[in-house]
Amino acid sequence: MTTTTRSRSPYPYWFYVPAAVIYAVLFLLPTFASFYFSLTRWSLFDYKYIGLENFLSFFQEPALVKGFVNTLIYAAVTSGLKVLLGLPLAMLLTSRIIARGYLRSVVFFPVLVSTIGVGITFTALMNPEHGLINETLSAIGIEGPGWLVDPRYALISVALVDVWKGVGLATLIYIAGIVSIPQEYFEAARCDGADGWGSFRHIVLPLARPATATVIILSLIGGLRSFDLIWAMTRGGPGFTSDVIASVIYKQYQAGFYGLSTAGNVVLFLAVTAIVVPLFWFLNRKEVEQ
Amino acid sequence: MTRRTGIKGFLLGTLTIVVSAVVFLVPFAFIVLTAMKDRSESADLSFSWPTQFQFMQNLQEVIAARDYMLIIAFINSTILTVCSVGLMVVLSAMVAFVLQRRRSRWTGLVNFLVLSGLIIPPAVVPTIWVLQGLGLFKTMPGLILIEIAFGMSFSILLFRAFIATVPRDLDEAAIIDGAGPLRLFFQVILPLLRSVAVTVIVVQSVVVFNDFTNPLYFLPGDQNATVQLTLFNFQSQYATQYNLLFMNMLLITIPPLLMFMFFNRQIVAGLTSGAIKG
Repeated sequence: MTTTTRSRSPYPYWFYVPAAVIYAVLFLLPTFASFYFSLTRWSLFDYKYIGLENFLSFFQEPALVKGFVNTLIYAAVTSGLKVLLGLPLAMLLTSRIIARGYLRSVVFFPVLVSTIGVGITFTALMNPEHGLINETLSAIGIEGPGWLVDPRYALISVALVDVWKGVGLATLIYIAGIVSIPQEYFEAARCDGADGWGSFRHIVLPLARPATATVIILSLIGGLRSFDLIWAMTRGGPGFTSDVIASVIYKQYQAGFYGLSTAGNVVLFLAVTAIVVPLFWFLNRKEVEQ
Repeated sequence: MTRRTGIKGFLLGTLTIVVSAVVFLVPFAFIVLTAMKDRSESADLSFSWPTQFQFMQNLQEVIAARDYMLIIAFINSTILTVCSVGLMVVLSAMVAFVLQRRRSRWTGLVNFLVLSGLIIPPAVVPTIWVLQGLGLFKTMPGLILIEIAFGMSFSILLFRAFIATVPRDLDEAAIIDGAGPLRLFFQVILPLLRSVAVTVIVVQSVVVFNDFTNPLYFLPGDQNATVQLTLFNFQSQYATQYNLLFMNMLLITIPPLLMFMFFNRQIVAGLTSGAIKG
């Protein structure tokens, strides 16, 4: 098999070339360039090296610091809720209930709908005076919060909509994980007298671990770089209370501060790598040990 | 045992159907209802039955708005989706094929790059800088290449997982029959990848069609608008025309809806197998 000469292998390296060229020019090159340009004052036509000034202003201006903190909160809330809701939903949708196919479709469909559309729709539904959510709440005697116009709740409100849109994917990944658990395990547990909770605690939870790892990592990656939904719903407002790094990048880009915008990109890159890579390593390592 | 879970399942199912209808279907009902209202009624943002239906009138107004921008946007989005997904499928399948079949010192590096492409957020302004240098900024080919570059990692992972299940005996038989690499790949392997290719095509089409950020950055300008950007047509500082906005939303949700209805199974199968094995 491997005796074929290098030049005449049936699996030639040049199959990599077209993809590699596009990837290198449009992804790798800009990523490496971002490290240099984040150290400059940049107007696309000329640039001036200014050292770490962009990063200093990134961590000194309250608006930008807020964006950084919000990004972490947003990613943690969305990925946490997707795990907490996705697993029970997947349990439910793999059990024997009626209309299972319909339910799976309904839960999954929002994943495929345009994020901007979802954002605009929920902005209307979350309207403090006329929106359906607060109308419903007031009908049962609760005064709903201002959601997107209240600085305290704006970010969390957007995060909840993100969960509404994305929980279908988490559920789907969990369903695949649960379905792949051999049925004999559950039968054996039942013979040993385990109740529903017992088999959940000792069979589903440990064996769905790869699914949990996937859900957490995917939603962290998505949550940390999230832009469309926040832009469609609040544009970072009120004020800059719901800004995240990705929206700061866009705002600085629009304002013509390309160096600062690129510094935002580098900060985002570092945050994503610092959070996702160790987690990836940790979750996969645990799996191997078992 | 079965009977008991049957009754419990029925009750639980009914409850779930009601809850899911409220949580997941009401927002879609809201879109449809608002899209049929007249302008002043839609401005209420209330979830109510329209007193006066003007579906056709809204439809015409949305299509004609800003010199038929929606039509142009649909054409642009179609070109973007078809070209980028088509190229992405062929290029990623080629990479995945060699990556899975030929173990060498490159394998580790390529795997690392594929994962990096999945994790690292693209740097915006430097990408614009590169595109400008190539003369591709604000052009459709530029955006097509961008979508390919950013979407390739996920496609490669899906293809690689599937190619691992294609027996190597087939390769060897083809090689003994005198097939070169190109014939081996395009005439023997690629036809076998049909099911996973459908998954990649469907999933990536929905992603590219729904993409907002990349067109916003890399293809600005009204003449270049893609469908997601048209949603901002009816939002203005002084008055938003909600009936037209939601009609627009309804129209651009139809293509993903059709994809979902016809390819539900492939989407689900592909996303889960890629996510778990990849």
